[in-house]
Amino acid sequence: MSDAIQPIVMPKWGLAMQEGMVAQWHVEEGSKVSKGDEIMDIETSKIANIFESPVEGKLRRKVADDGETLPVGALMGVVAEDSVSDDDIDAFVKDFQEAFAEQMAAMADGGGAEPETVEVGGHRIRYLKMGDADGPAVIFVHGFGGDLWTWMFNQEAAAEGHATYAIDLPGHGGSSKEMDGADVAALSKAVSGFMDAMGIEKAHLVGHSLGGAVSLNLAVTGPDKVASVTLVCPAGLGPDINMEYIEGFIREKRGKKLKPFLEMLVADPEIVTRDMVEDVLKYKRMDGVEAALNALSSANFSGGAQALDLSGKLGDVSAPVQVIWGKQDKIVPAKHAEAVPSSVKVTIFDDAGHLAHMEKSAETNALIKEIAG
Amino acid sequence: MPKKSFRQAINEAIRQEMERDERVIVMGEDVSGGAGAPGEQDAWGGPMGVTKGLMPQFGRERVLDTPITESGFIGAAVGAAATGLRPVADLMFVDFMGVCFDQIFNQAAKFKYMFGGKAVTPVTIRTMYGGGFRAASQHSQCLYPLFTHIPGLKVVIPSNAYEAKGLMIQCIRDDDPTIFFEHKMMYDDEVDVPDDPYTIPFGEANVTREGDDVTIVAFGRMVNLANQAADKLEKEGIGCTVVDPRTTSPLDRDTILETAEETGRVVVVDEAHPRCNMATDISAMLCENIFGALKAPIKQVTPPHSPVPFSPALEDLYLPNVERIEAAVKAVMNTGVVRAAE
Repeated sequence: MSDAIQPIVMPKWGLAMQEGMVAQWHVEEGSKVSKGDEIMDIETSKIANIFESPVEGKLRRKVADDGETLPVGALMGVVAEDSVSDDDIDAFVKDFQEAFAEQMAAMADGGGAEPETVEVGGHRIRYLKMGDADGPAVIFVHGFGGDLWTWMFNQEAAAEGHATYAIDLPGHGGSSKEMDGADVAALSKAVSGFMDAMGIEKAHLVGHSLGGAVSLNLAVTGPDKVASVTLVCPAGLGPDINMEYIEGFIREKRGKKLKPFLEMLVADPEIVTRDMVEDVLKYKRMDGVEAALNALSSANFSGGAQALDLSGKLGDVSAPVQVIWGKQDKIVPAKHAEAVPSSVKVTIFDDAGHLAHMEKSAETNALIKEIAG
Repeated sequence: MPKKSFRQAINEAIRQEMERDERVIVMGEDVSGGAGAPGEQDAWGGPMGVTKGLMPQFGRERVLDTPITESGFIGAAVGAAATGLRPVADLMFVDFMGVCFDQIFNQAAKFKYMFGGKAVTPVTIRTMYGGGFRAASQHSQCLYPLFTHIPGLKVVIPSNAYEAKGLMIQCIRDDDPTIFFEHKMMYDDEVDVPDDPYTIPFGEANVTREGDDVTIVAFGRMVNLANQAADKLEKEGIGCTVVDPRTTSPLDRDTILETAEETGRVVVVDEAHPRCNMATDISAMLCENIFGALKAPIKQVTPPHSPVPFSPALEDLYLPNVERIEAAVKAVMNTGVVRAAE
C-alpha cells in the first residue's frame, strides 16, 4: 500500500498516434484494478484495442468519459488507495490538467483563425473572420480567380478596429463552384446575401479587381449596406482588360506554363513563388472551377472588354469611395482611375502592379484605416 | 484548409466518387468487415481502416467483403469494370499480387488494345507497399516497377494526402486500369486537403523543390525524404530540384529531362529492389537523351538487391533514408567538380 496517486493516461500506440478515443470503460469508479486488467477500449485512427491497466490500486476517479477523444498523454483516470483523500485527488487532477494544458499550448504552432462557411441562397460561401470590434464590419472581396487569402497582409491590420470578413466569391476558393450567374450583379447579390446571412447590416467594403466592381455595384444598388468602399485595381471603371492574362489563367494547367501569366500580376515577377503557382493550380484542379472561370470570363469580359462600366455612377454613391492602383498594373490599367470624380480619393503606387494590396500592403492598410476608421 | 491524413484523403476521394457516380463500387478483403457474420458490421474498414464508413453509407451492394481469394475478386473486379461498373478493389499488400497477375497483366491491361478500343476496363486497384513497418519480406516490397513494365496499366504513387485524394479521383474517373500504391508508413501523415473533389492529371510530375545544383527524382514516400534532404542541403549551399513524377506510367519524361538538363547532376531515389526498377529506368532515359548535359555520373539511392529484412536494425539499414540521399547529392557534386576542372 502506498499513498501515491497514479495517473492513467492516453497511451501512445505506434509512432503516428496523436490521439485516441475512450470507446468504453470496463471498470467503475471505486473498483480495484490490477496491472494488466482490461480497463477500457480505446480507438485510434488506425486501430481499436483493449487498454490494460498500467497500474495497481483503486480507481478513484474517471476523468475521461466514454466517447471522449483525447491527445496522447492526457489524463483518463486516477488510481490511489483509500488513504488518499478526495481533496488530494482533486488537487492532483487540477495540477495535472494545468501542466498538460501548458504542454499542449507549447506544442501547438501559432494556431490562428480558420475559415468557416455559411449557406447563402442555397450555395456555400467560405469566409475568414478576424476581429470582433463593434461598429460596421470590414468585408474583403477578392478578384477573378482569387480567394480570401489574397488579403493575408491586410485583414489582420483591419481586424484591430473592426470585425472583418474575407470571403470567397461564388465559384472561388472554398465556396460552391455552382453559381446563380457570373456577372457583377449576381456576385454582388451573393455578397449582399452573405451580409444578411451573417447579420451584418453595414460594412466597409474592400474590393480587388473584379471584386472591386462587385463592391462598387453593391454600393450603387444597396447604399444602406455600405459604409465606405475601397477599390484596389478595380474592374468596373473602364473597358480595358488583359484577355491574354484571363485566357492564360484559365487555360494553363501546369506550373511552368501558368507562372508567366501570374507574373503579369505584379511589378516585380520575382515575388511569384512556386507555392503561389501551386495554390492556383490546386484551385483550378477542383471540380467545377474551369466551368466557373469560363462563365465569369464570358459574363464579365465578353469580346475582350469589360461588360460593366460604373464610372458614371461613382458620383452618386453616398458612402466615401477611394481608389488604390498600381501604376504598373498589366491586367486592368491604372489609367481607368482618371475617370473618377474629384470626390473620390485616388492613390497610385509607382512600383506596384495589379496586386497593389500585397505589393504595398502597409500603405494600403493605412488607407483602409483612414477611410474605415 | 483542413488538415487530413493520407488515410482520410483516400477515404474521402472514394466516398465523394461513390456519391457522384453510382457505378463506383468497393470490393476486397474486409473492406467493411463482418459480412455474413452475426457480430459487429463495418468492424474493420479495410486493412488500415481506409474504407471505414463506406459500407454503412452505401450498403453491402456497393461495398463488398470478398473471400481471401485475390485471383477471384481481382478477376471479378476486372470483369465488373469491363461490363460497366467502376470498381475500386483493395488488394491489401502488393506482395500478394502474384496470384492475380493474369487477371491484371493479360486481361485488364489488354482489353482496350485487343478489342480495338471498343472495350474499356475502368478498374482501380488499391494496394499497400513499402518497408519500415517491420512486416518482413512478404509484406514490404514496392513492386511498382513490375506494373510499370506492362503497357495498358496506369501506375500511380501518391507522395502525400493532397496528392492521394486528387490522384484517387482521377483513377476512378479514368477508363484504363490503374494501380494505386499506398505506402503503409504514410497513413497518418497529414497535409492540407481541400474538402471539395479535385483531380490531378496523370503523367504530370510535381516539382516540389527548386535548386540549381542537383536534380533528385523520387517516388512515393521517398519524395518526402528527398524534400527533407533538399532542405538540409539548401542550408549548406547546395540547391536541389526535387521531382515527384506522381505516376510511373504514364511517365512525365519532359519534366525529368528538362530539370536534369538544367542541373546536369541527377540522383534517383527508389525504394524498389534495385534491378530493373524506376531508378534504372530513369537513368537509362537520361543517358540516352541528355548524356551531353550530364556533369557527373547519375547516382541511384535504392535498397540492396535482397529481400526486405524482418530485423528492425537490418530493415533500417536496408531502406533509403535522408542521410543516404544527402550523401548521394554530395557525391555527384564532388564528381562534378572534378569534371568541371577538365
